[in-house]
Amino acid sequence: MSSTFVGMPAFPEAARNAVADPTLRGNLRHATHTIRAKRAGAVAELSDWAELREAGRRIKDHTLRHLDRYLEQLEASVTAAGGTVHWAADADEANRIVTRLVKETGESEVVKVKSMATQEIGLNEALEAEGIRAYETDLAELIVQLGKDRPSHILVPAIHRNRGEIRDIFAHEMAAWGRPAPANLTDTPADLAEAARLHLREKFLRARVGVSGANFMVAETGTLVVVESEGNGRMCLTLPRTLISVVGIEKIVPTWRDLEVFLQTLPRSSTAERMNPYTSTWTGTTDEDGPRTFHLVLLDNGRTDALADQVGRQALRCIRCSACLNVCPVYERAGGHAYGSVYPGPIGAVLTPQLRGTTSEIDASLPYASSLCGACYEVCPVAIDIPEVLVHLRERVVQGGPAVRQGNKVVLRPAKGHAAERAAMRAAAWAFGHPGALRAGQRLASRSRRLHPRTLPGPGRAWSGTRDLPTPPAEPFRDWWQRTRGGKDAK
Amino acid sequence: MNSRERILGRVRRALADVPADERSYEEAVPRHYLREHGERTTEETIDLLAENLTDYRAVVHRADAEELPLLIMRLLAERGSQEVMVPPGLPPSWMAAADPVRIHDRAALTPDRIDRVGSVVTGCAVAIAETGTIVLDGSPDQGRRRITLVPDHHICVVGVPDQVVASVPQALERLDPTRPLTWISGPSATSDIELERVEGVHGPRALEVILLG
Amino acid sequence: MRVALFLTCVNDTLYPETGKAVVKLLGRLGVEVDFPMGQTCCGQAHYNTGYRHEAEPLARRFAEVFGEYDAVVTPSGSCGAMVRQAYPRMGERAGAEGRGDSLARALAPVVPKTYELTEFLVDVLGVTDVGARYPHRVTYHPTCHGLRGLGLGDRPRRLLEAVEGLDLVELPGADECCGFGGTFAVKNAAVSAAMGRDKVRNAESTGAEVLCAADNSCLMHIGGTMSRLRVGMRPVHIARILASTEEDPAV
Repeated sequence: MSSTFVGMPAFPEAARNAVADPTLRGNLRHATHTIRAKRAGAVAELSDWAELREAGRRIKDHTLRHLDRYLEQLEASVTAAGGTVHWAADADEANRIVTRLVKETGESEVVKVKSMATQEIGLNEALEAEGIRAYETDLAELIVQLGKDRPSHILVPAIHRNRGEIRDIFAHEMAAWGRPAPANLTDTPADLAEAARLHLREKFLRARVGVSGANFMVAETGTLVVVESEGNGRMCLTLPRTLISVVGIEKIVPTWRDLEVFLQTLPRSSTAERMNPYTSTWTGTTDEDGPRTFHLVLLDNGRTDALADQVGRQALRCIRCSACLNVCPVYERAGGHAYGSVYPGPIGAVLTPQLRGTTSEIDASLPYASSLCGACYEVCPVAIDIPEVLVHLRERVVQGGPAVRQGNKVVLRPAKGHAAERAAMRAAAWAFGHPGALRAGQRLASRSRRLHPRTLPGPGRAWSGTRDLPTPPAEPFRDWWQRTRGGKDAK
Repeated sequence: MNSRERILGRVRRALADVPADERSYEEAVPRHYLREHGERTTEETIDLLAENLTDYRAVVHRADAEELPLLIMRLLAERGSQEVMVPPGLPPSWMAAADPVRIHDRAALTPDRIDRVGSVVTGCAVAIAETGTIVLDGSPDQGRRRITLVPDHHICVVGVPDQVVASVPQALERLDPTRPLTWISGPSATSDIELERVEGVHGPRALEVILLG
Repeated sequence: MRVALFLTCVNDTLYPETGKAVVKLLGRLGVEVDFPMGQTCCGQAHYNTGYRHEAEPLARRFAEVFGEYDAVVTPSGSCGAMVRQAYPRMGERAGAEGRGDSLARALAPVVPKTYELTEFLVDVLGVTDVGARYPHRVTYHPTCHGLRGLGLGDRPRRLLEAVEGLDLVELPGADECCGFGGTFAVKNAAVSAAMGRDKVRNAESTGAEVLCAADNSCLMHIGGTMSRLRVGMRPVHIARILASTEEDPAV
């Protein structure tokens, strides 16, 4: 993934800093609460939402379970339609392919449609290293790029910025990248959008190479689909002579008809609209309309490792709507940067440790970045049971076990730093297997109840730093039950 | 081994648990969702289209064949465009009364040149009532994708009731995936600032839809 | 019908009054519950923290201890969800690990007959008015595993609305997690505490004296936060409210 995330602190530490930042808390709270209510309204308009969700889940599951067949079918149909298909096993290979394709055009700049896959592989940095400048054209991506910032949300990467901060970034940074921001730029969203329009216009009109991802790829027809709002996607997909699309292998759907499900569920789940302003579909190249050359780079980069995990593979159903981020109470307070990945929030917490593994401290901490409240699963338009996958990945962290990394079967060792917890869990499991021992512990707690402090030293401070401890009762329930014969002798 | 073989090999190994005789695509995907939401007369469907277009800030007009040329003339005049892009197959009668200079889309036109054209007039392939969407498929009355993208003012004529469907599933049935399609639901917009929707970014900031019937 | 009370390890150790309330409430409704002494813990904390293998013997013990009863009632949404949702999954996973179907077979019988308390009252006993009296202003927090895991829906609310003298006020942001989340409360203490504070502030804004929920783990977190913030509210388990009568009132 993008080098900008290397060296991230583990989630709890990053989240602690975020919680202490009142501006960030305010920005996130405002944005997530705005979209939550709207999404609920947009979803409620469709009486068959549950059926659409189930169909979406089944389409994706079926495709994943026969992915080899659909990849080959897609390759054949894209090729027949005039496109060229490339295969990239990892980020480096994808970056090498795209760099080579850009160089072959003789150009030294590209315009980009917002794409999670190209962020994941760090394409902009790779191109920069080869002397090719990549211009992000989505408004939020532009804010992030100009601000030398990192994305913090799947749909709205600059969600951590409020309008005043965005105004300042535009006013100070646009000149270095091209047309400066208008003088006297205000912080109204309409003015900020206008500034972005003017700044990017010249880039669109002269662009010879466009780089995109795709929301969907249709195996039977070879059609790619980009769902967007601003029209920057249309610009990048239409005006350049060469189009290079980098797409994860899990983005396939079998048939054209399958789009009837996702074009209903995706816009309502992501921007809470009946339909997003623009959706573009293209099949290879078309004579005298749009790019003359089309390259599709199919990206693995850990996806097949996730596919090998029978519990975890459901995360590959994700259509990147970000409804789970918007509804997540942990995301709302920790912010996207704490997840140390271009995929933040609940889906990031299950996707990142599968794509990158669980060996780094941040990746091993992600499965725990959740209270398992289940709000993410409830809103997911493809019914990814995120809490189930989180618990499964916690198991991988603390117990290790068989997994697949870079296509190879490995046996993971338990992550470091869980020894004390493991011992405590085992001790508790032993005590719970021996009611006598449990009872002895309960009685000890009850008898010493007057000695119990309201706060704890050492690691116990994690609880008692902000919450008082309950006082143990005079006797545990089981003693009362026996003493009173199930309450019959009570008073 | 090349990366194609490597990736396909990884996929096959990853799916070792999938039984060979697993259910077919048709059996695996239940489609119990609706073909359209609610029951409407043709007239009600067209009203819904108008309502949803308006809700996303498209401006909706209605005209019959006789009124259409004057309406287009008026809308172009109100916009003040000196030039208007016309796709090659636009019915000439639609533009019969229009004043601006017609710019015919030719391959030789550069994007910069098109950027100086104020308006574009097109037909469409299909319109979707439930979502307030018009779909262009590059037919001769719609032209290349770029002519409906670069000018800031788009007038789109929808034939009613023939070109109107109720729902997304019905629209997909009518469309040809081999053509480049552009689905348009209102003028360009963004939710990127504080997740609040603002109309008007890179695509045409003014979308006017004429329901012709 | 032979009904067992699965009180849960947390309630047994820290909140015996909740157990006594369940016994009293069900007794009043003509259901004599048994408390099998072999019960300990459902294994939820282990399972949710990643120690599924350590949770397996606890699940087996649960199935053995409660297997002979017709119904198992628990005053905890999260422990109820553990049995109903995670036990079948544990059986499946053991099978996928090549350990056969012994675990799945052992656990299967208790899964459908385990009920969270409000479910048991409304669905099995068919009552919403349990004859309680509790003259206090109360706001209700639906805990996540009850709400989304078990789908308790409006059952707790219907029960509370039928309580004599109880003034039920809407909790803003009711559906949002309180931030407890088991080991999450200590592993991500800062976020957990921030969620807890927001929950308490919302509760405070209702003007209620009591915040009621159907899970003492969440109430321990919310109550501990209330106490630390010196908010003049108290957390009360729904069982105690439903057990409360004129003669034997709960505070």
